[in-house]
Amino acid sequence: MTRKQRRLSLIGIAGVVVACAVGLILYALTDQIVFFQSPTDIAEHPVPPQQRIRLGGLVKEGTVVRGQGTTVTFTVTDTANDVPVTFTGILPDLFREGQGVVVEGMLAAGGTFAADTVLAKHDENYMPKEVADSLKKQGVWRDTETN
Amino acid sequence: MIAELGHYALVLAFALSLIQSVLPIWGSQRGDPRLMAVASPAAAAQFLFVGLAFAALTQAFVQSDFSLELVWANSHSTQPLIYKFTSVWGNHEGSMLLWALILAFFGALVAAFGHNMPATLKANVLAVQGWIAAAFLLFILTTSNPFARIFPAPMEGQDLNPILQDIGLAVHPPLLYLGYVGFSIAFAFAAASLIEGRIDAAWARWVRPWVLIAWIFLTLGIAMGSYWAYYELGWGGWWFWDPVENASFMPWLTGSALLHSAIVMEKRDALKVWTILLAILTFSLSLLGTFLVRSGVLTSVHSFASDPTRGVFILLILATFIGGAFALFAWRAPSLRRGGLFAPISREGALVFNNLFLTAACAAVLIGTLYPLALEATTGEKISVGAPFFNMTFGPLILPALIVMPFGPFLAWKRGDILAVAQRLAVVLGLVILTALITAWAMDGGPLLAILGIALAAWMMIGAIADIASRIKLFRVPAGNSLRRAVGLPRSAWGTAFAHFGVGVTVLGIVTTSAWQLENIRVMKEGETATIGGYEATFLGSEGRAGPNYREIAARFRIARDGRELGVMTPSKRVYTARGMPTSEAAIRSIGFSQIYLAIGDEMNAGGVAVRLYWKPLVLLVWLGCVVMAFGGLLSLSDRRLRVGAPTRARRTVAAAE
Repeated sequence: MTRKQRRLSLIGIAGVVVACAVGLILYALTDQIVFFQSPTDIAEHPVPPQQRIRLGGLVKEGTVVRGQGTTVTFTVTDTANDVPVTFTGILPDLFREGQGVVVEGMLAAGGTFAADTVLAKHDENYMPKEVADSLKKQGVWRDTETN
Repeated sequence: MIAELGHYALVLAFALSLIQSVLPIWGSQRGDPRLMAVASPAAAAQFLFVGLAFAALTQAFVQSDFSLELVWANSHSTQPLIYKFTSVWGNHEGSMLLWALILAFFGALVAAFGHNMPATLKANVLAVQGWIAAAFLLFILTTSNPFARIFPAPMEGQDLNPILQDIGLAVHPPLLYLGYVGFSIAFAFAAASLIEGRIDAAWARWVRPWVLIAWIFLTLGIAMGSYWAYYELGWGGWWFWDPVENASFMPWLTGSALLHSAIVMEKRDALKVWTILLAILTFSLSLLGTFLVRSGVLTSVHSFASDPTRGVFILLILATFIGGAFALFAWRAPSLRRGGLFAPISREGALVFNNLFLTAACAAVLIGTLYPLALEATTGEKISVGAPFFNMTFGPLILPALIVMPFGPFLAWKRGDILAVAQRLAVVLGLVILTALITAWAMDGGPLLAILGIALAAWMMIGAIADIASRIKLFRVPAGNSLRRAVGLPRSAWGTAFAHFGVGVTVLGIVTTSAWQLENIRVMKEGETATIGGYEATFLGSEGRAGPNYREIAARFRIARDGRELGVMTPSKRVYTARGMPTSEAAIRSIGFSQIYLAIGDEMNAGGVAVRLYWKPLVLLVWLGCVVMAFGGLLSLSDRRLRVGAPTRARRTVAAAE
């Protein structure tokens, strides 16, 4: 191969790899991302079942019910709308009534949200950013909540 | 008083960094050796003064001086001494001071050990280092002063975030920062060579030890962070593709690429412009990581406080250094003398292959990390890009590099013979197939993907052993001769083999835990027994205990196998009294390289407690592999070539330049 051919073949191979990478990333971005929604978003624009979403809001006071085994039900609210949630597993340490929470999963029939992940907060002052933003939008944000 | 002295020392360090930024580079442009000679003492003095500031802050924490706002907000008088000490960097201001300290430390190291470099290169490297130090010291002094007082001084502090009250905080941040910040030296070398407009193979040899040091620490820092998350967060996961993890992983990927491209540059005088670019990219990604973690754009255990001015300031630093470096690159790179080209099938070809896929994989991680931020900033839409995205993109992009890895060391420089290498690796391939078949048999077929994963890990591990075996002509010459050859083998060859073996070990751990992990979540009452992975865990009961600054409920489980008792595990739930914050402490028992992992949840209404039991087969290999990789890096660093070779090259280059 001449010098020029070598250089071109090298650039060609690099181009193919980059194209593959771009293709993979674009495909994954259309397919593998999860949208964040508040209870109000879900009430206004119902999401199709079987689509994974993240639901964020406050755990409504007095709604946490520990059922059979390790299944827990509670209600996530942004004060305007509520979504009932079921979750099987161990709740994170800082899961508390009246506190912010983000759950990930799918809407099941009957409007119940089947969560497979409940996201932990890392300290007691911390409110998941998505939750804080969506509560601000609802006008129920109190700054004192986060110190 | 000591705190004020610390603050003053920090101001002095900033002034010194300004001097270090200007005089040496001015000297190198004018050819004035006196001005250039300012660099080394300035770097040493800067280290001294940042060190004094750090010592002053440490003293305040250890003495629980709550008149300092930082100490009040992040410490408590009942904290054990070790956590008072680590609280120094368990917060935003202190961690930035640690960043600056390590930066100054590396600057001082270059000043101390760079005596065999050309004077102009050294002056320029230290000047660039001075710019970075000046930017970060100004950041600390203006937006994150760790020495701010409060009046009146409170009687008691607010305690360190309980999740951080762990030995991991003593190890993970310093290691990670030594890695992150260590790449600033590679960046400074790249910028200096661009300023001079001259670059040669000797440059690669000077910069290589620094890249190796940074890479070793970053490897260990990431592994340690992963293990910490694994045992502290109580979910039994060791990698979450969390943006903060990605922030540390990206410089590791490009840093690994840089390690390999620097070899090509050193040996073959090729890939020069690319190596410079990688050095800039790697440190840019380190800065990006600092920005993501410290600016408050992401919320995680790593973001301590979000003050918008800080985010803007770090963004400015980021834009200045990355933008400036790329502008310099665009301006100067075309004038650099290009190196030779080479055949695709050769050692250097394999290294280019490695670089291509490592950087492509890094790009995938970068896009997955930044896309949600960009989307939210532009459209307000909130999304999360989680593990499925990264598994789908990162996996296929890193796979080719892993498969080709064992070929690399077998290929000759310039022109390799792929058939001859394939012949040599045929034995390895045979062993790999045997391993895969045995695994499939032992695991009753198992998931096909997992068997292939085991085969891949075996391919890399046996390939690394075969590399050494072929170099010492094992079984082809008498054993004594082989042994002598092994002793005489360059350390860098051993380093390569160990590092590549380590990658295989990590992959093995990842495959086995992902494919054959067992999970059992259930509510247990006293006396009940749960089984996991052939082990029986019997809940003996729980008891309240008091620690120095927490109360806990510890549940006792007797672990047995086939009726034979192995011991008692006590996972617990703690409440840290100062903050009233609960945490879970998982109990972990290692059996060989595998682990039983127990965590408890809330008490249930009907009595009994929610228990999470995991069986994690070979999980320790995930981190042990990283330790083996780092050990390989250490061997490479101790190679004679790096200690002895450089001075001769240096003299020749200086002579040539004159």
